[in-house]
Amino acid sequence: MKTRDRPSPLTGGQATAPGTPRRTRGRSLRQDRAATWLLLLPALIYIALFFGYPIVKNAMMGSQDYTTATFYTGSAPWVGWANYSSFLSSSLAGTTFLNTAVFTVGSIAGQFTIGLAIALFFRRRFPLSGLLRSLLLLPWLLPLIAGAAVWRWILDQDSGVLNSTLLHLHLVHAAVPWLSSPGMALYSVIIVNVWIGIPFNVTLLYSGMQGIPEEHYEAAALDGAVGWKAFRHITWPALRPIVTVVLVLGVIYTLKVVDIILGLTGGGPANATQTLATTAYQDSFVQFAFGQGAAVNNILLVVSLLFAGLYLRVNRRASDE
Amino acid sequence: MNRQGSRSTPVLVAAATCAALALALVGCSSSGSSSGSGTSATTGLNLTVEDYFSQPAAAAYDSIYTACAKQLGDTVTISHIAGAALIPKVLQQVSSRTMPDVLMLDNPDVDQIAATGVLSPLSNYGITGDGYIPGIIAAGSYQGKLYGLAPAVNSLGLFYNVGMFKAAGLTPPATWAELQADAKALTKPGRYGFAFSGVNTYEGTWQFMPWMWTNGGNEKNIDTPQTAQALQLLTSMVQDGSASKSVVLWTQADVESQFAAGKAAMMENGPWNIALLQGVSGLHWASVPLPTPEAGQKPVAPLGGETYTVPQTGDPAKMAAAGKIVACLNSDANQVAISKAVAYVPAKISVAEQFAKTNPLLAPYVTVVQTARSRTGELGNDWDTAATAIYTAEQLALTGKDSPAAALKRAQGQ
Repeated sequence: MKTRDRPSPLTGGQATAPGTPRRTRGRSLRQDRAATWLLLLPALIYIALFFGYPIVKNAMMGSQDYTTATFYTGSAPWVGWANYSSFLSSSLAGTTFLNTAVFTVGSIAGQFTIGLAIALFFRRRFPLSGLLRSLLLLPWLLPLIAGAAVWRWILDQDSGVLNSTLLHLHLVHAAVPWLSSPGMALYSVIIVNVWIGIPFNVTLLYSGMQGIPEEHYEAAALDGAVGWKAFRHITWPALRPIVTVVLVLGVIYTLKVVDIILGLTGGGPANATQTLATTAYQDSFVQFAFGQGAAVNNILLVVSLLFAGLYLRVNRRASDE
Repeated sequence: MNRQGSRSTPVLVAAATCAALALALVGCSSSGSSSGSGTSATTGLNLTVEDYFSQPAAAAYDSIYTACAKQLGDTVTISHIAGAALIPKVLQQVSSRTMPDVLMLDNPDVDQIAATGVLSPLSNYGITGDGYIPGIIAAGSYQGKLYGLAPAVNSLGLFYNVGMFKAAGLTPPATWAELQADAKALTKPGRYGFAFSGVNTYEGTWQFMPWMWTNGGNEKNIDTPQTAQALQLLTSMVQDGSASKSVVLWTQADVESQFAAGKAAMMENGPWNIALLQGVSGLHWASVPLPTPEAGQKPVAPLGGETYTVPQTGDPAKMAAAGKIVACLNSDANQVAISKAVAYVPAKISVAEQFAKTNPLLAPYVTVVQTARSRTGELGNDWDTAATAIYTAEQLALTGKDSPAAALKRAQGQ
């Protein structure tokens, strides 16, 4: 009902404005301003309620000793930076930061390279290309936790289909401990996350390529620029703004990944796949140290915000061009 | 503001609302007449019960809750909140003061929830827990007061594949040395001698406790030779290939499926698997208490089981009725009923001993639970921190990143 009500003042105002005779300038200006605020109000309330409150609450929680008892007593003593320092001084902090960086960089590199290659491939029209392109979206459509469960089975060391295939083809001598070795697990998790991220990259890059006029290629072909040269001098420069957006959004999405890691390894073995996001989750919802969890989450939030700022800047520059 | 342009919209909306309301009213009245007769028959209170069981156990519990309520002239509304989602849900209910009248809590969670002050002492309802296995009373108590009482308990034991043992001419191991030797002898291509869960959750910690406790280890300080020896036992079996390297990922359910599929000759697991295992055709298995470091020792296994608590809902009449439900669930008859339904052991010693005579499959566990320990008995609310350190150390050692002693030292310092 609300959404139906909302546009009505706007249409009403527009419809009558030209017909209203001799209105004083000041009054109409004041009315306009009031109308502006009134129109903004729903959005402002929404943002304050669903973005402002959680962020402020989370920022505060990070400096509180917020435990299970807080839910009943309501008291959460202020502890300043204690939650941050106890996380940063723990031996886990270094591993967590490094894992987060490797996971993010590895996932983005894989997703983007494969995504770009597939997008370029689909530029050529061939039978069933439409069907194949829509099938590529499959990892995106699958519930993450279901995807993780299937991958866990695929990557199982003893009876996983990947290892038995590799062994039968004599590509490896012994079963690969994809998820059970601390040295391998992070890479396996990255592989799965690349699989999940490919549709996002293909979709955006492919639609970006659709915007490049075919004449450019035809003209370039006359000058002898085909294949790699055409990509280097036409596709890549025209795609640059989209590439930046895809990369920055990819980083933000990857930083906050929890479900895939929890589904595959739960952050293990021996914390080998523990990232900032999974640590925050473990602190808050396994150990119920909500203050500590919020502190870790705040760190993650700041890192994400840096990239979000970058995204906005790039986006503005792209739209200015 | 000008209303002319928008007038038509509210009228339409009003009309639509009327229609929707009319539909809703029709819907209400038709469903109301059918359910109304059912509730009007009872004059008592309607109590809410919350637990984390899933089918098929949930159905068994439902009928017991309903029977208890009926006995008291009340009715129950039951909600099952699956597994790990229960505690977050409870915390949400705590802060919004919408606690259920009867709340089931897994025994290691009682301290944490009791510490919030939201539970009422069971002594208010005349429930004492006399004659119960001491471990479960320790688990259900917080600062000397009993808050949660479990009608039935479980623990861990050793399940072994009888066919594989017969073929190898072996008898089930009683000591750690025999366990290692048997596990090695029973390992063949495509099959491991022993399976356990070393996963990086409290489940992994729970599975490590029998080895650590039986050898004299203590959760207050895990950096001791006793605990290191226990960790060495499991690590050696993984390193020499008699247990899979994947144990660091396996939950107890994964362990059960490995054993059921014949991919493990022995497994460490609990009696709740019995029904599942009995359903596997061609699998001939038996169960014994877990091996001890030396022959003749008594294993100290962790005590599992779900307790029932009465939260402070602020309604004295309902809380009194809830106390009666908790008492009813803990009656001798219901202890047996629950134990039979989900393959647990009655929590009262006298009832359990009687139960062992008629339920031979569960008899080993009747012995095990009497010496079993509760996880939160010593550390109370600090158990979570110790439990995290324990599974972290286990993962470091099992994956070969650290020696058992170094792993325990490192994890303790984290």
